[in-house]
Amino acid sequence: MTDSGKPLAIALQGCAKTFPDGTKALEPLDLAIHAGETVVFLGPSGCGKTTTLRIIAGLEEPDAGGKVLFDGVDVTPLPIEQRNVGMVFQSYALFPNMTVAGNVGYGLRIRRTPDAEIRARVAEMLAMMQITKLADRRIDQLSGGQRQRVALARAIAVRPRALLLDEPLTALDAKLRDTLRLEIDSLLRSLGITAIYVTHDQAEAMALGDRIVVMEHGRVAQIGKPREIYQRPATRFVAEFIGTMNRLTGVLQGGVFTCKAGTLAWAEAPRQATEILFRPEDIRIAESQETAGLHGTVAAAFFLGDRTRLFVEVGEARPLVVESTARRDFGHGDAVRLAIDPRGLLVL
Amino acid sequence: MRRDVRRLILLLLPAGIFFAAFFLLPMAKLFAIGGSGKTGWAAYAAILTDSSYFGSLLSTLGVAAATTVATLIISGISGVFLQRHKFPGNGALVAMLTFPLAFPGVVIGFMVIMLAGRQGLIGQVTQALTGDKLVFAYSLAGLFMGYVYFSIPRTILTVMAAAEKLDPKLEEAARSLGASPWRVVLDVIIPGLKPAFISAGAICFATAVGAFGTAFTLAAKINVLPMVIYTQFTLSANIAMAAALSFVLGAVTWIVLALARTAAGSTVAAAG
Repeated sequence: MTDSGKPLAIALQGCAKTFPDGTKALEPLDLAIHAGETVVFLGPSGCGKTTTLRIIAGLEEPDAGGKVLFDGVDVTPLPIEQRNVGMVFQSYALFPNMTVAGNVGYGLRIRRTPDAEIRARVAEMLAMMQITKLADRRIDQLSGGQRQRVALARAIAVRPRALLLDEPLTALDAKLRDTLRLEIDSLLRSLGITAIYVTHDQAEAMALGDRIVVMEHGRVAQIGKPREIYQRPATRFVAEFIGTMNRLTGVLQGGVFTCKAGTLAWAEAPRQATEILFRPEDIRIAESQETAGLHGTVAAAFFLGDRTRLFVEVGEARPLVVESTARRDFGHGDAVRLAIDPRGLLVL
Repeated sequence: MRRDVRRLILLLLPAGIFFAAFFLLPMAKLFAIGGSGKTGWAAYAAILTDSSYFGSLLSTLGVAAATTVATLIISGISGVFLQRHKFPGNGALVAMLTFPLAFPGVVIGFMVIMLAGRQGLIGQVTQALTGDKLVFAYSLAGLFMGYVYFSIPRTILTVMAAAEKLDPKLEEAARSLGASPWRVVLDVIIPGLKPAFISAGAICFATAVGAFGTAFTLAAKINVLPMVIYTQFTLSANIAMAAALSFVLGAVTWIVLALARTAAGSTVAAAG
């Protein structure tokens, strides 16, 4: 796949999961994760992303035949306590009967690390997460953001071979989520740790992932770098799940696409098709002197400050979403002409 | 401000009347009667100095404490198991485990006799196996067995309710940090169930201290306070001594419950 120069840290071979009630949570999955890489599993709820993470962690066993390898060694029969992975949960899962320092040092105490060493390591972790002042606090005295910092410190303190994060930011409010996302990103980079991150939030996936694994109904829909996933989605599901996608139906033949809204020249069209897709940033409102082939009427306009988000009616099932940076006022019912950058066009 | 105080007093009045009528007045009366006998207030001192009274106080507290510990261990393990593992017949089993609640102490005493009495099942089995008949129904051991039997239902229900609220993610987090199943029990499950253990244990202890029916059924050899009170009251007509013993029984139970409540309070706060 990618980064093939680096050694393999984690490999999944034919890992499927069927729950006792017969639910097929995961179709056979093969995946190679390189050392130091951050891989994000992205998908709607029930797509199998958390199940995959739990199989890697050792909290779920794959169906017979599936294998999990760490550094080339088969760890499938090992329970989680023998896999040396750090886990961070959406619900933080901090021990309420211990202080912040007690939580962070727990894994080291289990490993019978000498007291002095535990103290030093805990202090180092708390300093790294900027929560030194909270060392003696009880868990119920912490805010959500502080709790997640403690959970991260606790997971990293034992120097795990991989860090597994299960929707760690979902329970936080939007602003805190952004701050902590940045912190997690720089933390993962500075530690150079192999990380697997599960989320349903595509912005998080884009920001954090070296690679994104988009999942749907227990299958991998696409694996790739964030840019590939966004710009060259492999399936319609990926195209629609990540970002906003516009769709025009019509006839694409001989380098020209014809639809209800007009015609569009696309010299490099890959093949004949009845539908083309493109992102809002690849379509713009044409200037008056331009010869643009598509016409529509504004159905709604939202001024967002730096730009205006327009919904333009073009006789399709859904209006087109257009991000306009033009310094002009749009009103309901305005007739507009649209120009599309052919480089942004997709056929799936 | 003054109206608020007046309204507060008015609202507290029903509770105050209830507390006075059913707790303060009877206890005060009991306390007074305890000092009205031939020996006067020395009756209270006698509980500590007279070896038979003091012995029965100790054995009462001992049996109650042993019952509490045994019940918490049995109910803790089975309560968590029954809550975690749903199998066919789970509901029926839980219902069966809880029906001793409906039995009067006499029936439980009767059951202990049938199990560990002179003609009991344990006696027959041990005689067949070793030639010696094991009979313990008419002793503190028999009483202990009966008390455990009727204490399990309440405790198991409390533990099951608390186990349902344990966050499975906490156990997963502990395991991910390398904790063995035993360490998970010690560091996560037991601390998580501690408030339930304390409140169920307190009720269990109080019930065992005061239980009379079972002891009465298992005969007079058993020297526990409720039996001593009964004999002092009905057979010896030593009403003052019976009152003094009753007062002390009540006071000791109250102290234990109050201590448990304080301990539970701080645990609950720590558990957030």
